[in-house]
Amino acid sequence: MTTIEGKVWKFGDNVDTDVIVPGKYLIGDIEEIAEHVMEGIRPGFADLVQPGDVLVGGKNFGTGSSREVAPRAIQAAGISAIVAESFARIFFRNCINVGFVPLECSTAGAIEEGQHLHIDTDTGVVTVSETGVTHQALRLPTEIGEILEAGGLEPFLKQRIGGRT
Amino acid sequence: MGMTLAEKIIARAGGRDEVRPDDVLWVEVDVAMTHDSSGPRRFWPALKELGVGIWDPDKLVIVADHYVPAADVGSARILQTTREFVEEYGISRFHEAEGISHTLMVEKAYVRPGMMYVGGDSHSLTAGVLGCFAIGVGSTDMLGIVATGRTWLRVPRTIRVQIDHELSAGVTAKDLILSIIGDQGMDGGLYRVLEFGGEAISGMDIEERSVLTNMCAEIGAKSGIVPADSTTVSYLAERGVDVPEGPFSDDDAGFEATWSYDAAAVVPVVARPHKHDDVIPAAAAGEAWLTRAYIGACTGAKYRDLAMAAEVLAGRKVASGVLLQVAPASRAALRQAMENGVAQTLMDAGAHILSTGCGACPGIGTGVLGPGEVCISTTSRNARGRMGSPDSEVWLGSPYSVAAAAVAGRVIDPRELLAVPA
Repeated sequence: MTTIEGKVWKFGDNVDTDVIVPGKYLIGDIEEIAEHVMEGIRPGFADLVQPGDVLVGGKNFGTGSSREVAPRAIQAAGISAIVAESFARIFFRNCINVGFVPLECSTAGAIEEGQHLHIDTDTGVVTVSETGVTHQALRLPTEIGEILEAGGLEPFLKQRIGGRT
Repeated sequence: MGMTLAEKIIARAGGRDEVRPDDVLWVEVDVAMTHDSSGPRRFWPALKELGVGIWDPDKLVIVADHYVPAADVGSARILQTTREFVEEYGISRFHEAEGISHTLMVEKAYVRPGMMYVGGDSHSLTAGVLGCFAIGVGSTDMLGIVATGRTWLRVPRTIRVQIDHELSAGVTAKDLILSIIGDQGMDGGLYRVLEFGGEAISGMDIEERSVLTNMCAEIGAKSGIVPADSTTVSYLAERGVDVPEGPFSDDDAGFEATWSYDAAAVVPVVARPHKHDDVIPAAAAGEAWLTRAYIGACTGAKYRDLAMAAEVLAGRKVASGVLLQVAPASRAALRQAMENGVAQTLMDAGAHILSTGCGACPGIGTGVLGPGEVCISTTSRNARGRMGSPDSEVWLGSPYSVAAAAVAGRVIDPRELLAVPA
């Protein structure tokens, strides 16, 4: 069983990749980009995050461009998981590909900033430590679970290359 | 029950007789595209580490459009890496500074009806205008495709978007898609494929239709598709590609829903800063004074877009205090505009013509906005900081609306200048 525990940073609906990683930073490497993560919506965010913290979003989290550095930068800033009411589809794929579990919980709107979450990534059960309230994330299909188990698409390809994926 | 067009293409690419919504399967990709920003610079090191070559150099298109022309040494390095990759793997379909990838995929007929097409960019679904299943992915997904030619898909539900009657004079495909996004919200089509049909679609040329598939990205859709009709067949024939009409959805296919709109009721609209689903009639924009007007991107700088702007700008001048910039979506679009006087009209009105490429749209190329600037743009997105400073504002509108606003100095209904009834 894989568990994640961390403090919540709460964001609203339709958080765009242009505010997660503004285009002007795309030229740099991931550590540099991570220093500016969420800058378009909450300047200084990277300095506030403690390793292991959890990000909670509303609907359509990660909408916008295909830039994979968006989930990578959130990950590199120290965030351990993203829980959202729904995800934009490319952002969702990018999370899986970089080995970062996207937890889609239709009830995530009830989670508050500053609360602490206990997440069981195997069952998708997200528990608010302060209140004991639980939220059930959508279970991922087996085909996608295999990629996450490998740690992302790149390690998955390493395992499978030469045979049929 | 039959299948929708998208389901048929996915089933064929997955080697199955049929698929249903929410099935997850691996598919063979017919053609893939990647560009300078999300392409070789991101996945080449991992490809080397995998120790394999690329699946098929003839099925991969590479376009340098985000960092052209190089404005600094970092950009120049990205372009060099892109060229080195092309050289190493013998990619023949490589285009640098020749146009925006999504525009070129259509203009050069690199996709065909019925194909499974994956591009390494969120606006890749533009190509669905030619009746293929087109999706956008990120760079590690593209690594998998470049290495194996395969990717996984979850079969999306299909929504039929039925557009009856015809658009009025001065009203464009951009106004139609912005109106739909305003109505459905920016996640209104999440994970869906939108299949367009109806009298208004039949009456549009390929460039106008491509504005609809392009901006399916802005409604959360996985793909947008226009089944190939006689207009598609003629467009492809002009490019040396001989195909029949179709494929089409079955009569008894399972559509999740039908969105019906009356094209005749659509008016010129704009999206207010900083949400592209905050859509209002251009006539209701109030005192929206501007410093910049931008005609650019795969969404709004094809030949037809430039021609629309010229229709408004002929014999007029851009207002004092406004800088009008035009970044053509391809060299072919600029060439056509030069050959028939459209480019001359734009320049006579005071437009600054920029290089072809993604330009200021993603806040990467030339022409980005400074703090306090207010811009109206033919592009597709206006999230805070998208085109430059987080303290700038971007309105989105049609080429008519952007040109009219450039002349008036503020957002207006372009029909005021087009001498057509509002």
